[in-house]
Amino acid sequence: MLSISNLHAAVEGKEILKGLTLDVPAGEVHAIMGPNGAGKSTLSYVLTGRQGYEITGGGTTLDGEDLLALEPNERAARGVFLSFQYPLEIPGVPALTFIRTALNAQKKARGEPEITAPAFLKLAREKAALLKIDFDMLKRALNVGFSGGEKKRMEIFQMAMLSPRFLILDETDSGLDIDALRIVSEGVNALRSPDRAMLVITHYQRLLDYIKPDRVHVLAGGRIVASGGPELALELERDGYDRYARAA
Amino acid sequence: MAAVKQTVEHVASLEKYKHGFVSDIEQDFAPKGLNADIVRFISAKKDEPQWMLDWRLDAFERWLAMDEPDWAKVNFPRIDYQDSYYYAAPKEKVGPKSLDEVDPDILEVYKKLGIPLREQEVLAGVEGAPRYAVDAVFDSVSVVTTFKKELAQVGVIFCSMSEAIREHPELVKQYLGSVVPVSDNYFACLNAAVFSDGSFVYVPPGVRCPMELSTYFRINAENSGQFERTLIIADKGSYVSYLEGCTAPMRDENQLHAAVVELVTMDDAEIKYSTVQNWYPGDPETGKGGIYNFVTKRADCRGDRSKVSWTQVETGSSITWKYPSCILRGEGSSGEFYSIAITNGRQQADTGTKMIHLGANTRSRIISKGISAGKSSNTYRGLVSAHPKAKGARNFTQCDSLLIGKHCAAHTVPYIEARNGQSKFEHEATTTRLSEDQLFYAMQRGLSQEEAVQLLVNGFVKDVLQELPMEFAVEAQKLVAISLEGSVG
Ligand SMILES: Nc1ncnc2c1ncn2[C@@H]1O[C@H](COP(=O)(O)OP(=O)(O)O)[C@@H](O)[C@H]1O
Ligand SMILES: [Mg+2]
Repeated sequence: MLSISNLHAAVEGKEILKGLTLDVPAGEVHAIMGPNGAGKSTLSYVLTGRQGYEITGGGTTLDGEDLLALEPNERAARGVFLSFQYPLEIPGVPALTFIRTALNAQKKARGEPEITAPAFLKLAREKAALLKIDFDMLKRALNVGFSGGEKKRMEIFQMAMLSPRFLILDETDSGLDIDALRIVSEGVNALRSPDRAMLVITHYQRLLDYIKPDRVHVLAGGRIVASGGPELALELERDGYDRYARAA
Repeated sequence: MAAVKQTVEHVASLEKYKHGFVSDIEQDFAPKGLNADIVRFISAKKDEPQWMLDWRLDAFERWLAMDEPDWAKVNFPRIDYQDSYYYAAPKEKVGPKSLDEVDPDILEVYKKLGIPLREQEVLAGVEGAPRYAVDAVFDSVSVVTTFKKELAQVGVIFCSMSEAIREHPELVKQYLGSVVPVSDNYFACLNAAVFSDGSFVYVPPGVRCPMELSTYFRINAENSGQFERTLIIADKGSYVSYLEGCTAPMRDENQLHAAVVELVTMDDAEIKYSTVQNWYPGDPETGKGGIYNFVTKRADCRGDRSKVSWTQVETGSSITWKYPSCILRGEGSSGEFYSIAITNGRQQADTGTKMIHLGANTRSRIISKGISAGKSSNTYRGLVSAHPKAKGARNFTQCDSLLIGKHCAAHTVPYIEARNGQSKFEHEATTTRLSEDQLFYAMQRGLSQEEAVQLLVNGFVKDVLQELPMEFAVEAQKLVAISLEGSVG
């Protein structure tokens, strides 16, 4: 599904990703762990096409297509979704309006018919119930005045509504209490399927108790310095990143 | 409503200024230039009584002694007032006429603009949809006014100003110039001398006007100015909602539009006045051409508990200079001003409002949303004042500016004068730049850059858009989007 090879990327002239290689096959969940400043968020922005992130080497394909050549919205239409570490506030635009506009823009790009208002509302009620989100909250301006935890939950709600194929979760666990973490994880797990893949960025093992990864990678100094099964996360929890940070 | 839907689709289908076409219509012009004889010419063309001509000539005398104002934050070369036509009208007989008598070419223009002039077509629109009456002003004259009969049945007078002068002289004499005095300011004084046409509305006591009234202004002729004059009187306990729309062809020279609008509300009456202004803004790159929109709009809330609300969506014109104001004379009267002013390319806007609190317990509310893009400049200028007698006066002002790109400017100039200790004024102002982060967030969810800008801007102006009559809000929203096309990236 996603294949990153020897990827180099710079921000404001400073190289952050320094030859990152990673394959995430369909049906799998891969965790990326690493110390602060390792380049985890940078990776998520490079994959989604944020301005200011210059690709200085290597490449990335999604289902064989050159992902990095596409506009951010074109990547979204192909099913790439990022749950932001710091979700943005959109004043004056109700959450439901925002999501419906996005969903229809994606459908249009894929040549599918737009979703009707009743079908959209039905879907929204269903997903809101699943994520235990008060429906009234969805009528408020997106993320404006929401708590950190509410914003994260709203990211997962958007994900559930847009039903993407390649999911990137950037520190979705931060700001969530244990109940919220469980609910959000259930929401994420509901999207696990043989034709989807996920990249779960975190630096705590805690999230991985709920979202069980197939593979765990350590990102340090701009590249993947170690890979293993779920047991690697436990080891990192116990020993910390020191060893890898030094190796990088 | 079919017509509105059509307009919306039409708007959506076009990329740039969509109303820029010129129509080849046989017209009568006054000789070029401005002098007392031109004033007489205009008055004679309109078959006006002597008192009206005297009023105009007096205004002209006063105008000669005045100087062009220079305090607004706008720049433009000196206007040569002799280099323009002050009267341009389709060649037709003067006076009221039925639609069948109107030049088919003119009807075609309005059809192209999506303005419904055929009552039966409006009536045949979507079931249950609100209907609205239209006064169509083409250059210097009103060509047709719809639904007059139906309105007359409830006593509402809706006609062109020219007709009102002939048919309802007592009302015109009583109110014309009573809100905006002849020599109020340079452009208003010029208007008093040479005003061409505009709409007249009188709503009798206790009547709630059964439909939206609207005037559609179109400048077509070259080298001509448009000087419209509108007067709306809402008698005791009455209500009326009125909307004006404006467009002009794309031309390389600047054209002057100096309008005067006067509103009067008696006890417990209410006027809701909305404007969707889309005059040609000039070339976005060179700044060449475009309309100078120098307008004086004022409401006199004479009656106790009377109310006026101004809502404006200003997207066009190369220069906009206007401050729709309320004189809150009646006890407990209230004024509202909701504004969206968008400047792009090389446009300049200096706009805002004045809320003059004269009576006790008067209230006012100002919500202004300025959006600047391109190399444009956008200034909010507002005055809130409370006189010694205006005990208990209250004002709330919210003034937000949104900047798109790095070469535009926004300014906020609020003046506040409280001349008694018992008035309460609140002022909030924000300036934000459309953030790359927000744009990226929306694009990550699937919106194209243009769609993302649109969505964010719609969020920014929502509080004002929802003040517009519903059938116009959709159109205004599209217009906002079109005005900002190409402003990012
Ligand atoms: N916009 C930016 N300008 C300059 N440096 C940046 C910018 N964004 C990130 N960085 C730097 O890139 C490195 C990686 O950051 P980030 O990807 O956010 O790390 P992580 O998510 O792993 O904590 C850090 O050293 C950070 O300071
Ligand atoms: Mg990060």
